Amino acid sequence: MESIILFSPLVGALIAGFLWRLTGIRGAQWITTGLLFLACAFSWIVFFSHGPDTQHIQVLRWIESGTLSTDWSIRLDRLTSIMLVVITTVSALVHLYSFGYMAHDDNFREGEESYKPRFFAYLSFFTFAMLMLVTADNLVQLFFGWEGVGLASYLLIGFYYRKPSANAAAMKAFIVNRVGDFGLALGIFAIFFLVDSVRFDDVFAAAPQLAETQVSFLFAQVNAAELIAVLLFIGAMGKSAQLFLHTWLPDAMEGPTPVSALIHAATMVTAGVFLVCRMSPLMEFAPGALTFVTVLGASTAFFAATVGLVQNDIKRVIAYSTCSQLGYMFVAAGVGVYSVAMFHLFTHAFFKAMLFLGAGSVIHGMHHEQDMRNYGGLRHKMPYTFWAMMIGTLAITGVGIPLTGWIGFAGFASKDAVIESAYAASAGGYAFWMLVIAALFTSFYSWRLIFMTFFGEARGDKHTHDHAHESPTVMLIPLGALAVGAVFAGAIWYSSFFGHTNEVVRFFGGEYTEPSEELVEAVAERSPKASELHYVMGSAPGEAAIYIRPENTILHEAHYVPVWVKLSPFIAMLIGLGTAYLFYIVNPALPRQLAQSQRPLYLFLLNKWYFDEIYDFLFVQPAKSVGRVFWRRGDGNVIDGTINGIALGIVPFFTRLAGRAQSGYIFTYAFAMVIGIAVLITWMTLFGGAE
Amino acid sequence: MDNLLSITTFLPALAALILGVFLKGGDAAADRNAKWLALIATGATFLISLFILAQFDPANTGFQMVEEGEWLLGLRYKMGVDGISVLFVLLTTFIMPLVIAASWEVKERVKEYMIAFLVLETLMLGVFMALDLVLFYLFFEGGLIPMFLIIGIWGGKNRIYAAFKFFLYTFLGSILMLVAMVAMYADAGTTDIPQLLAHEFGHGDVTVLGIHVVGGLQTLLFLAFFASFAVKMPMWPVHTWLPDAHVQAPTAGSVVLASILLKLGGYGFLRFNLPMFPVGSEVVGPVILWMSAIAIVYTSLVALVQEDMKKLIAYSSVAHMGYVTMGIFAANQQGIDGAIFQMLSHGFISGALFLCVGVIYDRMHTREIDAYGGLVNRMPAYATIFLLFTMANVGLPGTSGFIGEFLTLMGVFQVNTWIAVVATTGVILSAAYALWLYRRVVMGDLVKEALRSISDMSRRERAIFAPLVVMTIWMGVYPAPILDRIGPSVEALVETYDDRVAAAELDGQRVAAAEDTN
Repeated sequence: MESIILFSPLVGALIAGFLWRLTGIRGAQWITTGLLFLACAFSWIVFFSHGPDTQHIQVLRWIESGTLSTDWSIRLDRLTSIMLVVITTVSALVHLYSFGYMAHDDNFREGEESYKPRFFAYLSFFTFAMLMLVTADNLVQLFFGWEGVGLASYLLIGFYYRKPSANAAAMKAFIVNRVGDFGLALGIFAIFFLVDSVRFDDVFAAAPQLAETQVSFLFAQVNAAELIAVLLFIGAMGKSAQLFLHTWLPDAMEGPTPVSALIHAATMVTAGVFLVCRMSPLMEFAPGALTFVTVLGASTAFFAATVGLVQNDIKRVIAYSTCSQLGYMFVAAGVGVYSVAMFHLFTHAFFKAMLFLGAGSVIHGMHHEQDMRNYGGLRHKMPYTFWAMMIGTLAITGVGIPLTGWIGFAGFASKDAVIESAYAASAGGYAFWMLVIAALFTSFYSWRLIFMTFFGEARGDKHTHDHAHESPTVMLIPLGALAVGAVFAGAIWYSSFFGHTNEVVRFFGGEYTEPSEELVEAVAERSPKASELHYVMGSAPGEAAIYIRPENTILHEAHYVPVWVKLSPFIAMLIGLGTAYLFYIVNPALPRQLAQSQRPLYLFLLNKWYFDEIYDFLFVQPAKSVGRVFWRRGDGNVIDGTINGIALGIVPFFTRLAGRAQSGYIFTYAFAMVIGIAVLITWMTLFGGAE
Repeated sequence: MDNLLSITTFLPALAALILGVFLKGGDAAADRNAKWLALIATGATFLISLFILAQFDPANTGFQMVEEGEWLLGLRYKMGVDGISVLFVLLTTFIMPLVIAASWEVKERVKEYMIAFLVLETLMLGVFMALDLVLFYLFFEGGLIPMFLIIGIWGGKNRIYAAFKFFLYTFLGSILMLVAMVAMYADAGTTDIPQLLAHEFGHGDVTVLGIHVVGGLQTLLFLAFFASFAVKMPMWPVHTWLPDAHVQAPTAGSVVLASILLKLGGYGFLRFNLPMFPVGSEVVGPVILWMSAIAIVYTSLVALVQEDMKKLIAYSSVAHMGYVTMGIFAANQQGIDGAIFQMLSHGFISGALFLCVGVIYDRMHTREIDAYGGLVNRMPAYATIFLLFTMANVGLPGTSGFIGEFLTLMGVFQVNTWIAVVATTGVILSAAYALWLYRRVVMGDLVKEALRSISDMSRRERAIFAPLVVMTIWMGVYPAPILDRIGPSVEALVETYDDRVAAAELDGQRVAAAEDTN
């Protein structure tokens, strides 16, 4: 069954990609979508029926060299089955949605160009690569999926190949991701060097020893576990668009909107979070690296939220929102509460995919207009889309009944869990405050999106507004299905991801034991309210899907943070909502005034903190200049110049030697060779007696 | 068949002889006959070489299917294959029929053209199978002559300059190698390669012309061989002949050059430098590793700014050969396995990339990148195939390009993390130049007037690419059959190498020196 989940998208991709002439365009669409729904159904069956234990299924031998041995194989544990559900569900719904969204596309000549099978093939191929990533049983197969989704992302961002901006964005996405992959690859090399294996089981088992090992890397002696953790995290930064390697994600919105929903919101970009959680047995032994993860995640959450405040392109707002929410997930992982990181990943997949598909529905209804300044008053024209977007917004901003923990929209449960964990880990440190502020901003820009799009007066082209229409049913069904997830996913799985330690440990397939007395005392001393520590994880690293060191009690302590901490995200949400209401409903002139009075700040945010410009100046231009210098000066003047100098001395000598044969260099060369052999043979004849 | 290797080697030459002696006339019919005969001969060679593969026993790490006999002037004729060479033989026989098929549109001097390629095939096969120093040298140097003719007669405008450069570089290298061979004979008293492999060359420090040489004779011999093979690879900084040669060579010439001739250097390192002069390798190795790392970064950056498609791919080839030398001189199982795999894989990928250039060069008669743009609009099949090989070239997992790159980097990481880090930046740079090329040539709207009527690939062109596509993906997804054949021989090589180096260290002559250089 696992193999069917894994390979049915590949089969679909191959059929749609290469055999669509046989099946017809419709046929290709139905086959890929049908196979995806099959995979989806099986994934849910696996999710519910498969116990928490880890299962390995070997498929084929892959790279074997000396002690390095890698297989194509499936590792099935709780982490995998969560990802299977997320990926196949969103992917199946996006396939279905694309029937409507891609029905007509002005970027292609209708009837002449068969862009639809290609689109569905790419979507299915992406799904396959992503499934390879999450089912990998070793790091090299994970790397295959990792780069495979990168390829799919490249293909889909550049899907409108006539648009220069799309081509540039595709290239940028691939190259920036490669910077991350550079780190990931080095991490894998380091693991092989130190552990002599790349299989997860071996790596996890070796994690405690790695923490004791010092290794010389570049100019320094560093701790092996820290080194590997940081290198792997660099890979995660690229894939999950974290600060400094985030620049590709907003540009990736050049792709068709279903792509943004599937790849750049729900699945691919969360691969980094998945990687950190997958490597939790190692991460637990690398406290320095985890601090780095936390700080970077918190900074990203804040940074992306600030940029999201002022963007006008509806998809870019959601893109920055994604970037910001990924930061939340990394904070959760960074403070050692991997289950909460996975929780937010899980709920985020539903509501963010829905927001994107809702945005796509708006764009579709508005004839590919993406600028929110040209929207307004659309709630009557697109009631279903409106309500879907509302649910998505309620979920992402974290609406729920405060202090209950779980009664609320999906984002309420998971986001508050992240913020509370961040507080518990650092008692109100940097990460906590960044996340609370980001929550305020999130609420502001999310409601701003709703207000600008669905409320107020119709702005922009009148003709477009007159013809604005609700999307077809085939696009609304996925919205409805995701809405169910966005409303209930948090409440239903709250205790599995963020319940008591024993519940979470069981859910992820581990054993729990009673903590040592010193530990109980230490926790009681640190946070008196959390003194009743009953259970800690008892499994060794690698025995369960995630690993939590017994000393890591953040999951427990997060439930006992002060009341004001628990209320803070809710209050931040209300402030954001209120401000957005003031700015875009009560007094729509206010934003413009503010933008004018605070112009430098506005431009700073609008231009995304000038990251693109800085990178162009620091990396792109120098690379080209250096390349030119190496080519013209290095190859041209220095190397060829030297050779020519030598040549001027030698060649005349040999041409004279060759007499006046006049047959050019070929003759000269052949002649030299003959002489050479003659010398050799003479030598051998003279000394041949030695044998 | 106990002379399978000789049959494989000399079948193309026999066909060339038939062409030269019996085929008269220069009319269309004669040209067609020449093409068909060449295609059949190379195809038959490939089929026969499959028997070599079938008879080859991976578990046996020695030379197999050995043929030996008296030859001229007291020299000996000796051929054989082992795990290191056998797949290069297959690579050569596999690529040659495709090369002939890709030359179907050649109009000038077709007969001579086919003869040149057939002779070239014989000589290249000979290099991989020769087990006698003199025989090796003859094949190795002899191969240059047909290549010269191919560039010089069927080449582009600047072919004389390219030939001039080619000559100088290779000449300097081969003179040194010749001297070293004489010295080897003097030291070991034989030209038999298996015996030379067993022979231990002196490694006591010596002083030559006032320079203290650590590792003595071994280091000197190593350097002499290195000079020749480094030019062939080509390694930075003696790589500048390659872009010119590629640009001037006809498409088929470029394919042979990139797919097979570049591998002679790597093969030479593995056959001579590493096993025969292990102490020399230890002494010079770190420098070579650095040269490789520099090569990867340097030539990738140069590739980034090229305006000629062939030059760009040529520079990319140099970068990829950087991984090979790096893997070889990492001198461990992953490094060498990776280096051999990378050479095989590069044979398919770079060959295919040059064929890709050839496809549009045949239509537009320019290699200028700026002359293209938006080809996907009219050439979807071409766009797909070009994308596949572009991705293979940047080492995407699932293609053969990944495995070699990954293994060599993994190998060198165990030796020196600095070099691994510098070399790994190559994965970023290769993505940059390759995707930028692809974007400028294939993506975008079709606005250039001249391209409006360009046609997609013909059946013949597709048929040429099909085997390359299959090999690239198959080797990427299921490399086990290939690694199984390489592995044992490499393991034996590494073991012997380590033992000899350890033994030399026990002599206590150069422990300190080796540490200094590390």
